[in-house]
Amino acid sequence: MKRRIFYLVLTVVVLYSAGPLIWQVLTSLKTDHELTRIPPLLPGSPTLTHYISVFEGRMFFRIMLNSIVVSSSTTVLAIMIGSLCAFGLAKLRVRYKPVILGFILSASMFPPIATVSPLFMMIKAAGLRDTWFALIITYTTFSLPLSVWILTNFFREVPDEIFRAARIDGCTSFQSYAKIILPLSAPGIFATAILVFIFSWNEFLYALTFTSTEDSRTIPVAIALFPGIHEIPWGEIAAASVIVTIPLLVLIFAFQKKIIEGLTAGAVKG
Amino acid sequence: MKNADKGTGFILPALLLLAAVTIYPLIQVINLSFQRRLLIFDVVEFVGLQNYIFLLEDERFRDALKNTAYFTTLSVLSELVLGLAFALLLNRTFFGKGVARAFILVPWAIPTVVSAKMWEWMYNTDFGIFNYLLGTKINWLGDPQWALNAAIFMDVWKTTPFVAIILLAGLQVIPRDLHSAARVDGAGSVSLFLSITLPLLKPVILIVVIFRCLDAFRIFDAVYVLTGGGPANTTETLSIYTYKVLFQTLQFGYGSTLAVAVFLCVGFITVAFIGLIGKRFVHS
Repeated sequence: MKRRIFYLVLTVVVLYSAGPLIWQVLTSLKTDHELTRIPPLLPGSPTLTHYISVFEGRMFFRIMLNSIVVSSSTTVLAIMIGSLCAFGLAKLRVRYKPVILGFILSASMFPPIATVSPLFMMIKAAGLRDTWFALIITYTTFSLPLSVWILTNFFREVPDEIFRAARIDGCTSFQSYAKIILPLSAPGIFATAILVFIFSWNEFLYALTFTSTEDSRTIPVAIALFPGIHEIPWGEIAAASVIVTIPLLVLIFAFQKKIIEGLTAGAVKG
Repeated sequence: MKNADKGTGFILPALLLLAAVTIYPLIQVINLSFQRRLLIFDVVEFVGLQNYIFLLEDERFRDALKNTAYFTTLSVLSELVLGLAFALLLNRTFFGKGVARAFILVPWAIPTVVSAKMWEWMYNTDFGIFNYLLGTKINWLGDPQWALNAAIFMDVWKTTPFVAIILLAGLQVIPRDLHSAARVDGAGSVSLFLSITLPLLKPVILIVVIFRCLDAFRIFDAVYVLTGGGPANTTETLSIYTYKVLFQTLQFGYGSTLAVAVFLCVGFITVAFIGLIGKRFVHS
């Protein structure tokens, strides 16, 4: 009996979490006629029209490409720069270590809106408006606090003895970083990478201000500014939403353990 | 670690990037906040404290501050209660736990803009599922009575997973023997929760509340896409108001003053929380 109540509550929670997405999938499969009435809740004759018209939009592939390039470059850069810094903080001699760590963490508390106006002016002055680079450099910086924090926690768990032994064998600190810490902390690095990727894939404020055409516009901006000639094209918005959410669903169902590990590193241990 | 090699070179790239993309713009925004700048007319002049004096009398700023405070308080409180309930549920052992956990993470992983569009459609007056299920005809996003609460409801759905996952991790480090010992002593589930689980979970709850308060206070994308700040500015948060002054009316001077104000508010919240936690850690 108790077991049954438990599974009932669990079902309600799962439905609450996934319900809006399921509704969006149903919406994307309805005909325009069915969209402007309720009931029916379920599409009478499911159609892929909206998906086809999203894919036929010439801009769609370009915008996907923008998001993929920006998010992957950010992930690679943030992991490179972040892991170097985390290695320095976790295993090497650095002056004023607590102050530096505090400074890096405090950067994560910056409200993005606070620095958007000068950043916009800097980017415009450098002629970088509407480029991938403007977004990549900004996202990389804003992912650093999180990456450094998580990676420092992971690196600290690698025993110091390994580094002493490596140094006696003539390893430079960069070699210890590249040949010992990176391979040993691969799971932590992977968890961090997923979080940085999701952050860059979803970011909106900077993408909205720094981009102006489909040359660099990313998915969130494109969806927010979805063009409608007469009325809001709900069917197409739903189809586009489902398409861009799929990569993230794949990530969380494949790597939920890793994601949770990354999210909770530091919050609980430290 | 003693006798270790010097690590300055390793941390330098990160520090340089942070200095260039966060510290330098921060100095610039403070500088801009003392100027009158109209981008289209090429107007640039130093006006001293004028923007700040205007800020104190700006009713729209005061309303935005109120909206933001209301949004932050209500959404963080609801997320905490709901997140704790989810975490307690997931802390049991049962078949299909991994899949259930992944499902609960779904709202967190969906891009904020996408979820705002999803909810806008669900809130639709004529064809939205909410009005259908409730048998009502409420204009959720167009009625000043409802709009901000509707935005909060969406935010709670979106961010509860994050709270639940962190709290779940906190629950998992509580030793099981503590619970069994208390049970042997005859403690019921409720008193067990109140006297053991909750006190031990306190540090994690505090951390989660800080993270969420800072995030909720900075809220921009979810509400901007859902309502654009309307109706009649009732959902206009500080970030949305600042964004509009900066990029819709192109007043970079006053917009920067607002940005500095947001920064100071967030700084104040951070310092207040750190004071709270610092004390706790000193005592324990």
